[in-house]
Amino acid sequence: MTGIEATNLSKRFGDVVAVESLSFGVAPGEVVGLLGANGAGKTTTMRMILGLLSPTEGLVRIGDRPVREVDRRVMGYVPQGLGLYGDLTVAENLEFAAQAYGVTPPSLEELGLASFADRRVSQLSLGLRRRVAFVVARSHDPSVLILDEPTSGVGPLGRARLWETIHETAENGAAVLVSTHHMDEAEECHRVVLMVSGRAVMSGTVTEVVERFTTVSLSSQVDEEHVGRLRQAGATVLVAHPGWRIVGLSAADVSRILGSSAGVSESPSSFEEAFVALST
Amino acid sequence: MTWGTDRVTVAYGSTTALQEVSVDLQPGQIAMVVGGDGAGKTTLCRTVVGLEEIAAGAVRRPPRTCFQPETSGVWADLTVLENLQFVAGGYQLPPEHSRARIGELLEVTGLASAADRLGRQLSGGMRQKLGVAMAVLSEPDLLVLDEPTTGLDPVSRLELWSFINRSAQEGRALLISTTYVDEAERGDVVVALDEGRVLASGSVKSIIDSMPGRLFAASESLGARSWHRGDGWRVWSPDGVDMPGATPAHPDLADVVIVAALLSETS
Repeated sequence: MTGIEATNLSKRFGDVVAVESLSFGVAPGEVVGLLGANGAGKTTTMRMILGLLSPTEGLVRIGDRPVREVDRRVMGYVPQGLGLYGDLTVAENLEFAAQAYGVTPPSLEELGLASFADRRVSQLSLGLRRRVAFVVARSHDPSVLILDEPTSGVGPLGRARLWETIHETAENGAAVLVSTHHMDEAEECHRVVLMVSGRAVMSGTVTEVVERFTTVSLSSQVDEEHVGRLRQAGATVLVAHPGWRIVGLSAADVSRILGSSAGVSESPSSFEEAFVALST
Repeated sequence: MTWGTDRVTVAYGSTTALQEVSVDLQPGQIAMVVGGDGAGKTTLCRTVVGLEEIAAGAVRRPPRTCFQPETSGVWADLTVLENLQFVAGGYQLPPEHSRARIGELLEVTGLASAADRLGRQLSGGMRQKLGVAMAVLSEPDLLVLDEPTTGLDPVSRLELWSFINRSAQEGRALLISTTYVDEAERGDVVVALDEGRVLASGSVKSIIDSMPGRLFAASESLGARSWHRGDGWRVWSPDGVDMPGATPAHPDLADVVIVAALLSETS
């Protein structure tokens, strides 16, 4: 069985540290989400895992071998741009990829895509294009699958169907790494690794990660002067609908700064608020 | 007065882009339009602001309506400040008023420190915030934003939402499209679209309460009416009868929209 193991990965571009001392693994059968704001180092990490970029320090292993020595055919990758040929039909895209990998193309009938076989990829809806890209990435039966925001732009039912296929691939033994920054996608992963400024700061199920944080809710009005004082104390003050949300301070701190506890309460953080709490 | 559409239909040749879509929102409310690519979200936004010819139905919008298309409409070669000044000039806002308003908008969006940066040098989050700031500059009563948070990371998304909520608190009505159901839950009113038709609409609570049948949680797929959610499966029972091997579950907005999509697939 072949999993992904990143040990002590660092990548520097000149003076810029993109990734620092990052270690994490994806076991066969596991779907792991890589989460982080733009610039947190997700893309650099994915490129090192794909073997496209050499780490400054550290090592990526696929199974028991360094990624550089591994046959590329163990890997499947769906980039955000999907990597399909828009001018070719669905069948031609599959045929082309299959020949490149030296395998037989998968049956479109079995995949429920037979009626689209002769349609040009550029004429398909985004949901269908995503399905085709996924079929192409999986056609050579890779044991490592890397997906960049795999269900972005797809409606709820289409998204659920794509995730079924992703989990099915994992259950058949693939190690799946998903890069995303949406709650809808993160909650489909067995585990998430959170990156902030090139480092992994937390790992667990998305619920576990979010549950570690609370946000102060404020139902009463606040004037600009008090907002300024909350910000000075290190809080992120957000306008809610209705009321306010204050990240980074306890209810007691907020009450003290406002000189009153009227309308102040603590509630679980949202996915985005947990990110803010981690990033500041 | 409420704004929105009454059973509006829009067709491009023989293709029906919107079919009898109604959405109703009051000042200070946020309406979320949710659906995948091609569901009709952009067409609905454009219809509400009067950019589409309607085949049937009616649109209600206030004289002061502003629209931010999916590409934020920020001029790449102008600075943040110049973008705002240019729009203020277009609306012929009195100079003193526009100076004060621009200063306030730069402050609340957190763009004050980037005022001299060119549009092309902004991050995605900053560009979207500037786009919305340009749209609220003229103090419209209705603001229509097409996928303002697509491509934004969680921190930028939250900052943009804080700004959007502030606009609603100021009494503006907002119609916003998104592809994400968790984001749609922020709306007072939600319209879920699929292929130009309404799958579900109303408040989040009323949509959830209106789900026909019952929902169950299971550890494996139990057929065509099952879908993957989080660490397990959801199964929908149309007639509400118990499912062997599954336990009753509370549906959320995503579950109910999926049920509506399944129903529309079979009808």
